[in-house]
Amino acid sequence: MVSTKDALPVAKAISEGKKAERRLGWLLCAPAALVMVAVTGWPILYAVWLSFQRFDLKYPDQREFVGLENYVTVLTNGYWWSAFWVTVLITVVSVAIEFVLGMGLALIMHRALVGRGLVRTVSLIPYGIVTVVAAFSWRYAWTPDTGYLANLFAPDSAPLTDRAGSLAIIILAEIWKTTPFMALLLMAGLALVPDDLLKAAAMDGAGPWQRFVKVMLPVMKPAILVALLFRTLDAFRVFDNIVVLTSGSQDTSSVSVLAYNNLIKGLNLGIGSTMSVLIFIAVALIAFLFVKLFGAAAPGGDDKGRP
Amino acid sequence: MRPRGGGTRRRTRLTAVLGASLACASALTACAPASNANTVNLYYAPEENLQTVVDRCNAQSQGRYHIVYNKLPREADGQREQMVRRLAAQDPGMDVLGLDVTWTGEFAEANWIREWTGRNKEEAERGTLEGPLETARSGGKLYAAPKNTNVQLLWYRADLVDKPPATWDEMIAESQRLKREGKPYWISFSGAQFEGLFVHFNTLVESAGGRIVSADGKRAEIDAGAVRALEVLREFGRAGVTSPAMNNAKQDDVRMEFENGEAAFQLNWPFVYPSMQEDKPELAKKVEWARLPGVTPGVPSKSTIGGYNLAVSQYSTKPDLAFEAALCMRNPENQKFSAINDGVPPTIESVYQDPAMDAEYPMKETILEGLKDPGVRPVTPAAQNLSTVLTNLLAPVAAIDPPKTAEKMRTEVQNALDSKGVMP
Repeated sequence: MVSTKDALPVAKAISEGKKAERRLGWLLCAPAALVMVAVTGWPILYAVWLSFQRFDLKYPDQREFVGLENYVTVLTNGYWWSAFWVTVLITVVSVAIEFVLGMGLALIMHRALVGRGLVRTVSLIPYGIVTVVAAFSWRYAWTPDTGYLANLFAPDSAPLTDRAGSLAIIILAEIWKTTPFMALLLMAGLALVPDDLLKAAAMDGAGPWQRFVKVMLPVMKPAILVALLFRTLDAFRVFDNIVVLTSGSQDTSSVSVLAYNNLIKGLNLGIGSTMSVLIFIAVALIAFLFVKLFGAAAPGGDDKGRP
Repeated sequence: MRPRGGGTRRRTRLTAVLGASLACASALTACAPASNANTVNLYYAPEENLQTVVDRCNAQSQGRYHIVYNKLPREADGQREQMVRRLAAQDPGMDVLGLDVTWTGEFAEANWIREWTGRNKEEAERGTLEGPLETARSGGKLYAAPKNTNVQLLWYRADLVDKPPATWDEMIAESQRLKREGKPYWISFSGAQFEGLFVHFNTLVESAGGRIVSADGKRAEIDAGAVRALEVLREFGRAGVTSPAMNNAKQDDVRMEFENGEAAFQLNWPFVYPSMQEDKPELAKKVEWARLPGVTPGVPSKSTIGGYNLAVSQYSTKPDLAFEAALCMRNPENQKFSAINDGVPPTIESVYQDPAMDAEYPMKETILEGLKDPGVRPVTPAAQNLSTVLTNLLAPVAAIDPPKTAEKMRTEVQNALDSKGVMP
């Protein structure tokens, strides 16, 4: 009891000091917070507002409030679900393959004894090339007659004209582009693994695979989660590769391509905004799942998630 | 030809500079180099020699207006996007707009372009072919002045084929014969899922005497003629007479494919002619042209017309000058110039009679024949949506199931016309 009484005034003094500090903190970050609200908050709110309206720029007189009707229209539409599953497929497959390849690349780069800087730089080249430019070279490579890949692997057929072929090429292009990024993030994680720990494990008789699974992976967990989270969010928004390679033909549109088509090409602000809001919700859900279910390993998170 | 053109341009530019300095001397207030009260901003697709036309008009106007040519992106979608975004924001910086023929209905309904009336209207309609004029009208009113038109032709190898096939059936049979004989046999066709495929479909529907949309542009029709068109497309897709890349080919891919020599036929716009002369003169000597093949024996085809119309923005602050400038750029003399130098077919009939056209336009009679009996894409504000949903159901053509595809089209087209539902 005595201890509590003694502690009280102390706690109060700290809280008063903290209050002033907190006020100052708020004041200092207020400009940044205001800018954030202006540039990200407002467009999102405006999109939500538009999604409750029938608003087609081609028929400006017929603008009206329709509540959730647009959501019903989109969520009961075959094109939307086709695009949604295409997006999920591209996301899951490409991130899974990128993770495996990226891990391999990271291990190689981490262990490289000669020319480490050169190896790292060279492997980053695909990530440095503008996606649209790379996508064009992929398209030409897979076009019969002019393309070396098409001539090599698919003579007398055009893989970009059927759905499975197109999706495979889109996924391939995504993997080629972002594996280096994945490798870079994972390499940062590898640097966290203390050599002593690995030596100790080796002394205890753990083989290379056991050391990798039982020592390296757990220590790297935060880095792995960050890498997967970033890439999943990124892959879910896939747009440029699809536009260049197939422009959404043969039902290869992703949700972003569909939203773009309805919003910019079709000028249907109501339906298009509804799609953007749905994409936003999906992205928020992915982030939430990663951060909450897999442990708080997000950048800036504390160590609660560590084993 | 070329050096003389350069000389003219230099002279007009000199005149313009002189004119400008004279204007400065007489009215000291109007000397700001930035956009003046008489600047007319033209937004138009890249056309190599259009600047010369603009210079000629500026010289002719004697300072009343000064057209500034702002180039839009090369692809039609990009052009439309830029204009649409700025018009939706009521941008007063655009005066004269170059519209693809399919956009007139949409821009008119959205109230983005001004109606042509009175003397301007008379001038725009005088001597202009009926087909191109139809693409510039919406709801019975005129909204643009046709600048150039376009019509697809059948290009064929006269060394392989005696006479041009009159129907699709004949063309496919010819191609299969050539294939058996081990000769070049492809029918080069733009089968990618894009506007160009819709153009082919529309041509087939019109040639079969069918309809996609009702005459008032409000209801989806997809009648027996349209189903017949679907059957022709499917037959074509399954006959084994195309290159493997057909389902991903756009017009320029088709041009290159034909130039490579493996094709016997090509269905494409006249721009392929000058290109062939330049790239493959040997091949060009063997190539002849004809109207597109029809669907029913004895009934000529109705080729879907393309081209560009000039419209005046609703938000232009100097519409009178804009109308005047637009009329100048599409007057017979300038249409002739553009036809000869940029290969774009004129919309004014009398221009075709000009002997200067003969050298660059040996196929002018065939073009004129097609233009006088044209197929026109449905004029509706939802033209873009219409073409998007239709091409989605058409590609790849071999997968068409005529009655079923037609049924799907009815629902999707009606949704597009009502601006309901989702665009693929």
